[in-house]
Amino acid sequence: MRYTFLLYTDPADLADMTAEDWAAEKEVYGAYIGALQKAGVFVDTDWLQPVETATTLSLKGGTKQVQDGPFADTKETLGGYFVIDVPDLDAAMAWAEKCPAAKTGKVEIRTSAMGAE
Amino acid sequence: MIDPARAAEMAARDSYGRLLAFLSSRTHDIALAEDMLVDAFVKALTHWQEHGIPDNPDAWLLTTARNRLTDRQRHQARFPTDSEIPDMTTGEAFEERVPDKRLSLMMVCAHPAIAADLHVPLMLQTVLGLEAKTIAGLFLVSPAALAKRLVRAKAKIRDAGIPFELPDADRLPERSAKLLEALYALHAHDWLEPEDTLGDEAFYLAELLSRLMTDNAEVLGLAALIAFSHARTRARIKEGVLVPTDEQDTRLWDDYLIRYGKRQLSRAYSKSTIGRYQIEAAIESIHILRKETGRTDWEALNKLYFALLNLAPSAGALVAQAVVTARLHGPQEGLASLAAAEEQIGSGFQPLWAARADMHARTGNAADAKKSYEKAISLATNTPTIKLLTKKLALVQPH
Repeated sequence: MRYTFLLYTDPADLADMTAEDWAAEKEVYGAYIGALQKAGVFVDTDWLQPVETATTLSLKGGTKQVQDGPFADTKETLGGYFVIDVPDLDAAMAWAEKCPAAKTGKVEIRTSAMGAE
Repeated sequence: MIDPARAAEMAARDSYGRLLAFLSSRTHDIALAEDMLVDAFVKALTHWQEHGIPDNPDAWLLTTARNRLTDRQRHQARFPTDSEIPDMTTGEAFEERVPDKRLSLMMVCAHPAIAADLHVPLMLQTVLGLEAKTIAGLFLVSPAALAKRLVRAKAKIRDAGIPFELPDADRLPERSAKLLEALYALHAHDWLEPEDTLGDEAFYLAELLSRLMTDNAEVLGLAALIAFSHARTRARIKEGVLVPTDEQDTRLWDDYLIRYGKRQLSRAYSKSTIGRYQIEAAIESIHILRKETGRTDWEALNKLYFALLNLAPSAGALVAQAVVTARLHGPQEGLASLAAAEEQIGSGFQPLWAARADMHARTGNAADAKKSYEKAISLATNTPTIKLLTKKLALVQPH
């Protein structure tokens, strides 16, 4: 079954980062991705630009509305995601526990509604 | 085992931790003390190369750090007067004038007003001088977020006035318990890459603490526990595959650490106050004894797990007790114990499924053994464990 981890972190934690800081950040996530791959459960991941760069679009109500920014203002924002393929929620939780984002932010675990491929 | 290069590194850290603890206790400002001390270490690199290593390198470092503080005081009046940090050039006995304040520093790091998940990183950073980035990498947490949280914690320690004096007799037990919990958390951390991660550091801190709190039986017990566990490091993984304790090659177990653990555990027993760390150390000591006797005393383990479950129940102890039951009374009894354990701890605990699979395999129930190994594999997040379970799964034969 496919599970998606939505990673919510406080953007303040990632403010004023140097290139070296980013490299260290990528190394930690790289180790996690490596572990997912070695266990054969990795499907996909992405790391998103900060929420200030978001554009929100809607046609609801009949007219196109384009908003500069996220659809909701929250302290912790969506910063990335992982998609993994594991048998059940117990296994998804075991991996979410190891996710770097869980230790300083929140990981929302969502089950795929399309089922496993 | 402690290799020579790591030993040299530890000696440098010993000096760093002692000086940082002393400077922090005088300034009540860990971040400031770190700045001063790092600066002194940097100066030492060039100065010692040109003029040779001074007779007392620690005194030289402290004096240099102190001068740096005096520079700062000219700009910021809030820092304490330099009379609070002794001037080493007066030549009085260093040991007397610079008492070891590392216990106070560790108590501050594990203060209840500081978030519990920062206790270990703070200790590793201040007592051992590990960089935030290194700690983050090992614990698989965002380096930027951890660094920011550590800065905030140190500011809180300074601004909220968390005292650097040792807690009084009333509060000492509670505060020591917090400190021991932090050290135990470091020892028991479920690493993504389990190869000897921070084992030397955990042992260093436990050993240091056992010298600073010689009368606390649980401190001695925890030092023994960590020593016994660290002694088995080289035997724990073979060709990338995890090796269960009772199947490890005992020739790879470290005799120095075993002797150390035994000494600390008997010192702990002499205090006649029982506690969970002593029981866990006693459990380890039973496993360690196999090196001499060639066998594991499952009866003794049974009694110890019974005591541990009474005192400090945990998912790990419940499953371990069931494994011992299976050894003593057969796999069916073990399976019954595991079923009872699952009622309490839920279905998401990997060791429970690994143990259940082993027991099903022993009864010849290939179908359930296979299913349980698969469940255990799905819950395992480190490669050596996954490899062991996969190997066992391949050995399951339908009857």
